Amino acid sequence: MNHEAKLLLGIVAGFLAAGSITGAILKSRVTGDAGRKVVENLVSRVNAWWIMCAVFGGALMIGPVATVVMFALTSFLALREFITLTPTRRGDHRALFWAFFIITPLHYWTLATEWYGLFVILIPVYAFLFIPMRNALAGDTERFLERTAKIQWGLMVAVYFASHAPALLILRIPGYEGRGALLLFFLVFVVQVSDVFQYVWGKLCGRTKLAPHVSPSKTVEGLVGGGLSACVAGAAIWWATPFTLVQAAGMSAVIVLMGFFGGLVMSAVKRDRGVKDYGDIIPGHGGVFDRIDSLCFAAPVFFHIVRWCFEA
Amino acid sequence: MTASLIVFLARLLTGVRARWSGELPGSRQSVFFANHTSNLDFVLLWASMPPALRAKTRPVAAADYWRNGGIRQRLADDVFRAVLIERHRVTKATNPLAPMLGALADGDSLIIFPEGTRNPGGEPGEFKPGLFHIARACPSVDFVPVFIENLNRVLPKGEILPVPVLCSVHFGAPLPRIADETKAAFLARAREALLALRPL
Repeated sequence: MNHEAKLLLGIVAGFLAAGSITGAILKSRVTGDAGRKVVENLVSRVNAWWIMCAVFGGALMIGPVATVVMFALTSFLALREFITLTPTRRGDHRALFWAFFIITPLHYWTLATEWYGLFVILIPVYAFLFIPMRNALAGDTERFLERTAKIQWGLMVAVYFASHAPALLILRIPGYEGRGALLLFFLVFVVQVSDVFQYVWGKLCGRTKLAPHVSPSKTVEGLVGGGLSACVAGAAIWWATPFTLVQAAGMSAVIVLMGFFGGLVMSAVKRDRGVKDYGDIIPGHGGVFDRIDSLCFAAPVFFHIVRWCFEA
Repeated sequence: MTASLIVFLARLLTGVRARWSGELPGSRQSVFFANHTSNLDFVLLWASMPPALRAKTRPVAAADYWRNGGIRQRLADDVFRAVLIERHRVTKATNPLAPMLGALADGDSLIIFPEGTRNPGGEPGEFKPGLFHIARACPSVDFVPVFIENLNRVLPKGEILPVPVLCSVHFGAPLPRIADETKAAFLARAREALLALRPL
């Protein structure tokens, strides 16, 4: 492990330790049922963060294949949550089998073998064509377009978009060889810091609701405060990226903006289906999709900017 | 070993969570009766139980399907310890109640699907009378309704390959016992208790 990775690991562990200590202090001071509930939620959130960071950090340290496998499993779980919420019919069964067990593994396989040409078109072109073909063969025409579109959408967001995060590992940036894991860390770090600090700023001084019908917890103050915090955090680790300080801040701003819209769009889907979370697999956070919705929207844009501007 | 693998695969496909609305079942012997929508029903119900409870709970399954001499039979006998009953050629000698009552007499708990056959989607069908006869024969055993949610989407009738969809298994409170209840009234009450567990 190189020097930069050790330093980043230390920073994350420091953040988490600060969260755990805050939780422990609050737990000993809090009174009343409502307050206790908030603190319990905070503690379980921080505990889940420890586990998520250990899994992500562990995969990054083992190597690119482990990282790709970890993201493949994450996509699988997110797609499972998405399909559960979608009222599929019997006629979708075979198409869904393909989506989960053939298209998703094949897509991540193109990443593991660094076959960029197929990676970018497998889902948007071939899976897009194949899913309606399979569904048409199954013969159920009830809400056909809607059902087909939902499977395609699930694949695009949970698999295709999410996979653009580990895809950073296959970029060849001059002077930055062998350090793709740091770039992936930068993306995930900024997305998650932005999520956490939007929540914190929103709780502390959120007044003006941004989109009350879609996501009542999103406020202008939260977005601005959280976004600026994430830009500072991203700029502060510019030394681990191929960017200059100013570029790192700018990249962070793009990530924050896309991440915000990812959360907003996926909230709209949840409202439409009448649920608050995609699942309850991660205590305090909800489902896997609740945790990666911002990442899904930020990853492809960040990937293509880096590819255009920095790849040889 | 095989059992852990099956539980792991069931979790991977369905992320199954058990939700207990009654008290956590501990020492009391029970008959768990559930809606039947898929061949995987009892595997999922069995996998969702705490290991200690799983170890003393036996699913009731159709002999014609599971007693085929191959891997299915080995799973039924060694892993699930299934109570296999005759569905079709029922005579006095193959009375399906006998093996169930035998297992209960040994102190085991049972998983049964009182609709008798799979009912894809929609409302659970009418209950077969076996449940009533067992209840009358074993007055000290708890009858616990269990609603299995979403599993018909994982493996619909007629499909071989499963698809991952999140499932929940809702365990209700044991049915209160009512003295001198008629067969029809008991079966209707049991079915109502099962339907009441359906999430909105």
